[in-house]
Amino acid sequence: MTSVANRTVASRLAGHHDLLVTGALGIAVLVVPILALTVPEGSALHLSTFSVTLLGKYLCFALLALAVDLVWGYCGILSLGHGAFFALGGYAMGMYLMRQIGDRGVYGNPILPDFMVFLDWQELPWYWWGFSSFPFSMAMVVAVPGLLALVFGWFAFRSRVNGVYLSIITQALTYALLLAFFRNEMGFGGNNGLTDFKEILGFDLQADATRVGLFVTTALVLIASYTVTRGVVSSRFGRVLVAIRDAEDRMRFLGYRTEHYKLWAFVLSGVIAGVAGALYVPQVGIINPGEFAPLNSIELVIWVAIGGRGTLHGAIVGAILVNFAKTWFTGLLPEAWLFVLGALFVMGTLFLPRGLVGLVSRRER
Amino acid sequence: MHRPVSTYVTFSCHHRIGAALRGGGVQRTLLCLALALVFGGAARASTDGFESMLGELAGKSFRRKSEAIQAIADSGHPAAPRILRALLESRAFFAPESERLLLDVADSGEGVVVDAITGEATRVAFESGRRKIVLNNAMRRLLRSLVARAGLASRDPRERRQAIKELMGRDDPEIQALLREALEIEQARDVRSLLETAIAIGALREDDADAGSDAEARLRAIEALSGSLHNESRIALDGLLTRLESRQSKSSEEEAQIGAIREAIDAIDRRKVGFEILETLFFGVSLGFVLVLAAIGLAITFGVMGVINMAHGEMIMLGAYSTWSVQQLMPHHLESSVLVAIPVAFLVSALVGVAIERGVVRFLYGRPLETLLATFGISLFLQQSVRTIFSPLNRAVASPSWMSGQWVLNDAFALNYNRLWIIVFSALVFAALIGVLHRTRLGLQIRAVAQNRAMARAMGVRGARIDAITFGLGSGIAGLAGVALSQLTNVGPNLGQAHIVDSFMVVVFGGVGNLWGTLVAGLTLGVTNKLLEPFAGAVLAKILVLVFIILFIQRRPRGLFPQQGRSAEA
Amino acid sequence: MSPEGVEGSDLLHGAILYLDGITVSFDGFRALDGLSLTIDRGELRCIIGANGAGKSTMMDVVTGKTRPDAGVAFFDRHHDLLAMSEADIAMAGIGRKFQKPTVFTNLTVRTNLELAMRDDRSVWRSLRARLDGEQRDRIEETLESIGLHLLADADAGTLSHGQKQWLEIGMLLMQDPKLLLVDEPVAGMTHQETERTAELLVSLAGGRSVVVVEHDMEFVRSIARRVTVLHEGRLLAEGDMESVQNDPRVVEVYLGTPC
Repeated sequence: MTSVANRTVASRLAGHHDLLVTGALGIAVLVVPILALTVPEGSALHLSTFSVTLLGKYLCFALLALAVDLVWGYCGILSLGHGAFFALGGYAMGMYLMRQIGDRGVYGNPILPDFMVFLDWQELPWYWWGFSSFPFSMAMVVAVPGLLALVFGWFAFRSRVNGVYLSIITQALTYALLLAFFRNEMGFGGNNGLTDFKEILGFDLQADATRVGLFVTTALVLIASYTVTRGVVSSRFGRVLVAIRDAEDRMRFLGYRTEHYKLWAFVLSGVIAGVAGALYVPQVGIINPGEFAPLNSIELVIWVAIGGRGTLHGAIVGAILVNFAKTWFTGLLPEAWLFVLGALFVMGTLFLPRGLVGLVSRRER
Repeated sequence: MHRPVSTYVTFSCHHRIGAALRGGGVQRTLLCLALALVFGGAARASTDGFESMLGELAGKSFRRKSEAIQAIADSGHPAAPRILRALLESRAFFAPESERLLLDVADSGEGVVVDAITGEATRVAFESGRRKIVLNNAMRRLLRSLVARAGLASRDPRERRQAIKELMGRDDPEIQALLREALEIEQARDVRSLLETAIAIGALREDDADAGSDAEARLRAIEALSGSLHNESRIALDGLLTRLESRQSKSSEEEAQIGAIREAIDAIDRRKVGFEILETLFFGVSLGFVLVLAAIGLAITFGVMGVINMAHGEMIMLGAYSTWSVQQLMPHHLESSVLVAIPVAFLVSALVGVAIERGVVRFLYGRPLETLLATFGISLFLQQSVRTIFSPLNRAVASPSWMSGQWVLNDAFALNYNRLWIIVFSALVFAALIGVLHRTRLGLQIRAVAQNRAMARAMGVRGARIDAITFGLGSGIAGLAGVALSQLTNVGPNLGQAHIVDSFMVVVFGGVGNLWGTLVAGLTLGVTNKLLEPFAGAVLAKILVLVFIILFIQRRPRGLFPQQGRSAEA
Repeated sequence: MSPEGVEGSDLLHGAILYLDGITVSFDGFRALDGLSLTIDRGELRCIIGANGAGKSTMMDVVTGKTRPDAGVAFFDRHHDLLAMSEADIAMAGIGRKFQKPTVFTNLTVRTNLELAMRDDRSVWRSLRARLDGEQRDRIEETLESIGLHLLADADAGTLSHGQKQWLEIGMLLMQDPKLLLVDEPVAGMTHQETERTAELLVSLAGGRSVVVVEHDMEFVRSIARRVTVLHEGRLLAEGDMESVQNDPRVVEVYLGTPC
């Protein structure tokens, strides 16, 4: 028998979705630059920079949702603190962008960002060293969230903190970081965070072409991350994760160090979330402690739940749909959005346990 | 019409004689006379003259107003103490377009105004058009001293104490003499010790010239102040120490005094630190009880039913809004509205809780993470509803008078009544809950379902009904927490969000399913937080506590008091 | 007692599992009270005892789920069980079958067997693991022997209770343990299934050691050569079925009362 026979109906369906997801994103990579940059502004087909940035934001959220689905959907770890990894990645990128401002800040200090001048700091704190270099900053985008996930996960999984306990302490984690980043003494701009970015790698952040470039990068990173996570969950590693989700004790008695599997899934997820944050910051132009708010972390869980957890593509679909709905509603009826979001949480869990893609794939069967 | 001063003095003292005989005896009457003489000077007064003195207050010149105040005090007019006090507390004003001085009556709410001279209530309760009397700091000082002097002769020991405090640290030898006289007749022990302190402070402040002559007395005064918690004591000791130390050559007596002062100051500082720790503990315990109150409802739903109710914070919020609404409905019964709000808040939150359980949670049993998400959705829904129905803005709930103010034990230690009441309230709620769970049939059924749902059902317990009641009970207690919180902070749509993380920490730290664990955890976290605050600041203290809990959960994943045995495995 | 001391003792000669003085308390209640027990290589041992006698706790200690307050536990002469994690113990060769069948409901029957198969369990290896021909053959063989080859690609969650029991036994076969702990294997089984299970357990013993905890006395009688009776966390009696049944203490505390 071949490994093809080993595949289940579900994974064959997933293969079919792989094509759809990567295909759609690939088309976006090709079409969006054309519509935004070459189609003239008066045309109905023209994509405004605002729309491109909005789409780019959705893709960042999709990447974040992908990260959550990997741990929640496949391993049963409901993290209510993934916003922390996202924000840390964002801050690492923000620090790079701050250093790129150079002496073009309000105070014109060539070394110190404006808020440090304002706080009357004399020199750059040590943890800001190196962030003028793009490669170093990108390494930090991966390393800082990854390290936090590694340390936190190592403690948590080793001590078998799981289920709702884990959810609650991940929430505590992001809440503690929220409070910490609000403090001016931390050296990350306090309440206001980091903003007023000028350029990335020498490209003007306000320029249309840069925005389109950021969108394309985000889409490509999403395709790559999707492919990597799909590879991971289709491997035996992925089957072990599902087995841990279903019956962790049983896996231990089969000889698996379940904490190691959970830890590495968690670290990978944290890194993806960090990268999503790093891509998000140059597009929206700001990163502040609000990104650490527990509310954000819980909200992103519902994207995954609505889309359909444990599928990967469901997370992407959910993130894009829910955020599109959010944009639409907050434009139309700002007060109503929280009602809609609340209803999504309730209805989603009650009536759509397998999410939207669950509905679709049931029909296909 | 001019009457001799003595007539008025006798008159004003006469009405005190009866009281003085009951309280301090004949001596106080004599003191009263002596005071009148001190006050009296050469002042003359008549009703017309008195009115014209009051009229002076409307003027702009601070000097003339000061003179008028002194004259009012010296007049010995029966209305003088009332007027001086009202002036000091900014309750005195002139009616519009008239020379009539009116006083707001303290402690009886707004709108009650009396005539300054006759003390009769009048109906002119206008807000605009009042002409307030502008005072400067020198006038305030003068007023305070005049009021204090009058207070020394009061028959109410509380007023006497207040007066002594006002007089403490004044250099005036006349006042010192007054204080000494007062000491001779004073019988209440606490007032005596206060007088002794005040006299000792006076002794330290006296001129250096004659101080040298009575080094013995000064040493005694220093010793009397050792460990005294009044701010004035410390100031007097510090002052004398600086003066003595700045001397070129010191006599052996002065050296001895310096040593004694140092010791006295040390004793003061030690006691102050002790009281500071006590105060911190009090704040910690009161914060701890707030945490406990906010968390026990959660502990019930989480521990007994295994259900995470993310809308728990909103149950607290609903309780707080209930308190506010009750207060709006009965604006004339501020004192009792909080008491009425207690059952109302409980019922409102409990009913909403039952509705949530019946409508959503019961379909999700055995799926804790889904329950968490669904109840979070409900919490968003409730928050937005409150924003729509009431307002996105915060509402302030007024505190009844029996909950405001402080219980002042000494200059270093005072307890806020609202915090004291909240401790009492939380402790009562906790005790009641323990009582319900361990002494009633319902409690037995709840515990039975918590331990073994299937077995309880087999024994005839209606699981579904118990679930709804349990959820309602937990939510209702959250409503009670809302009543308590409304007395500490403003009521707003985000009130619940602000407390939910803390509540989870308490439950998880204490160990799920153990109410005593919740109590210990809440108090521990409250006290720890407050102990850290002086060193780390409020925010960092909170972060440290969160980090501590995160680390603690790693070591003991099931909290301080874990459930053990097979039932814990489920 | 040091491991060397244990190794040197006669008791350990030929023993696969050696427990001595194991004490476990929960909240002051002693679930195991100085329990000592030796299982020989290739032995099929039945352990009986009333509820709360400590049978499950004993298994928890052996598999690393519960850490005792006192005592020593050695497996296969040189493994100190009290110093090992559950996963290490499982890899050293102790398999456990729970009372309630626990299979991975969202994975196929075949994947369940694949995950149970003796193999490198490291994370890195799992990312690149491919089944070789031999491993695939073993899975097919096991599928045959537990009678689930037709359901190989069905999700394990869709199986009936009995089929799950069999899948779990199949997983234990794939795990290929030296010592197999079986908790109430025939609970909820039909008479036929019970017989088949008895056959399977007897055939397993010899190649490996099997410890069965069971309430069903008839089943115990049908398979047991040696029986251990636990009572209140202590070893009450040990011997062949007949002598145990006639032991007055056993009669008094366990067999005397209808169960």
